[in-house]
Amino acid sequence: MHHHSPIERVLRGIALLIVVLFFMFPIFWILLMSLQTNETILRSPPSIVFEPTLSNYAAIIAGRLDSNVASMGIDFMSNLMNSVILSVGSVALALVLGVPAAYAFARHKFRGSEDIAFTLLSFRFAPPLLVLLPLTLYFQQIGLADTYFGLIWVYQLICLPLILWIVRGYFEDISPDVEHAYRIAGHSWFSTFRRISLPLAAPGIAAAALLAFIFAWNNFIFALVLASADKQPVTVGALAFVTASGIQYGQIAAAVVLSITPTLALALYAQRYLVEGLSLGAVKG
Amino acid sequence: MSYLDLSSVSKTYGGKVQAVKDLNLSINTGEIVALLGSSGCGKTSTLRMIAGFEDVTAGEIRVNGTAIHQLPPARRGVAMAFEGYSLYPPLTIRENIAFAMKAERLDAAQVETRVKDIARLVELEDVLDRYPSSVSGGQQQRASLARALVRKADLHLLDEPMGQLEPQLRALLRGRVKHFIQERGLTAILVTHDQTEANALADKIAVMEDGELQQFDTPTALKDNPANLFTGTFIGEPPMNVFPAGMRRENRQVIFGLGDGVSLAYDEARFSPDLRDRLEKNRDQIAIGVRPHAVRLSEDGLPAEVLVNQWLGDQTHIAASFAGGSIVSVIHDRAKVQAGERVGVSVAPEDLHIFDGSTGTAISHGGQLA
Repeated sequence: MHHHSPIERVLRGIALLIVVLFFMFPIFWILLMSLQTNETILRSPPSIVFEPTLSNYAAIIAGRLDSNVASMGIDFMSNLMNSVILSVGSVALALVLGVPAAYAFARHKFRGSEDIAFTLLSFRFAPPLLVLLPLTLYFQQIGLADTYFGLIWVYQLICLPLILWIVRGYFEDISPDVEHAYRIAGHSWFSTFRRISLPLAAPGIAAAALLAFIFAWNNFIFALVLASADKQPVTVGALAFVTASGIQYGQIAAAVVLSITPTLALALYAQRYLVEGLSLGAVKG
Repeated sequence: MSYLDLSSVSKTYGGKVQAVKDLNLSINTGEIVALLGSSGCGKTSTLRMIAGFEDVTAGEIRVNGTAIHQLPPARRGVAMAFEGYSLYPPLTIRENIAFAMKAERLDAAQVETRVKDIARLVELEDVLDRYPSSVSGGQQQRASLARALVRKADLHLLDEPMGQLEPQLRALLRGRVKHFIQERGLTAILVTHDQTEANALADKIAVMEDGELQQFDTPTALKDNPANLFTGTFIGEPPMNVFPAGMRRENRQVIFGLGDGVSLAYDEARFSPDLRDRLEKNRDQIAIGVRPHAVRLSEDGLPAEVLVNQWLGDQTHIAASFAGGSIVSVIHDRAKVQAGERVGVSVAPEDLHIFDGSTGTAISHGGQLA
């Protein structure tokens, strides 16, 4: 570490604090909102002094939305469950398909390999709505509309290119001779892939999986068009809070807190993999 | 019968670049062979084809009479030290070396003994429990060499195994590694661009250039009887002096006319009769080669003017302008001559290497047909 004067350290601390506050403020504010009733949220001027309540969370977990006019049932917890199923399912499928493909693209230059890899990336270029409407018709015909599997399949448009391209880069960073050294000692290419390449690329795979998970979790449009009420994830489910009697800000905030918790926890947990991922470049190639 | 046979092996990259052209090479059991050449001459491609990391475009590779060039690397029974070390980062040096013996299914004590022995050989005992990223490049390279040597394999392939080591250690390890290989009767192929290393380690050297095998012979034969101008100038330090020349016979003498009206004249008895006939056929197209160690500086020699006098600590290199070009002479002592001084140059007939001036093929060495 470099030596700094105490003043410098204090100033540095303040600067970091400002940056953190700036970026964390929306989340902090949502957290505060989730602990207030709609009335306290909407008072003017806003204040951070209030009597905290857990009623919003209670309403969401119980599945009952009580407004001052009427009471209606919502199914936010099953939305949350859907989000988990869809995101985990699509990331898992994308890993199973994408990691071996990424390895193949990184290690073997075959005819058209660059074209295929680019085509997969180009899935990210098209506006989703353009493909979604025809896709809906097809899906209805083959019975995939409104199924988890159909949705997970469509989610590959988001997850697969991401995993393929990020993981490919990590595989390319591993010197092929490290694998060769293992193969020549009497091991098949598959055991080399499993025992050498996968562990070395693990930080990269984790980082790519995390990103893919976040993208899948935050997806709105695919689920909006292709899923009916019982398959909808939180992003679409949140629409239910816009009720005839007004927008339930408190409950929306509580729902947001609940729905960002898994991704936030995952990101915090995976932080060390991301750091390891960055230091992978230090391996002599 | 030879142990490893490469017959008409070719390697073409992307249908265009010919890295190895029609290579034929036979290596006997217990031989250490060096593939020597400058960068891009195809020596590493050859090694990787033997190991199985590159496909053979055409030709066959056989070990003990069995074709192996279609087999996966794991089934070829070869051990290899990689130029880029290629140690596995999550394992310590000790584990990296032990890891290579996994397929042999030894018990832990045996593995430990062999790791210790090989670590002592390459001077790695102190860093066995460190990770590759925390040791120096030279130590990583020695670990890679140790990992290759520790294995019981039919064939040991060493790709530039000592390039990163400091000179003293390199000299020490050359001796030890050679002894280790010979003692166990191992067969090894070494890729290097360092001719000192090739000379010190190898029983035979394959000189390659531009994907083609130039000559495959013992170090002594390469030096005394280079097959062509390329090997002649490539082997030997400093390189052989070469002059284009014409040849004529007068008064029972063989006279080589070099540039600038300078000529070397010898009694024709110093050249065998068939060599004289052969030289006649090539009379206008000759290249004369003289090793710097064979260039004698004396009062009564042909005129030359000293350009540089370099004392290297154990020998002197003197470069002089001679016959329209320059000539380098090596003297095993300090020489007093200074730049600009006139000296006499003479070359004994037995030190002449004569090549065909157009094809570069050797015609004669020391007065005898090549």
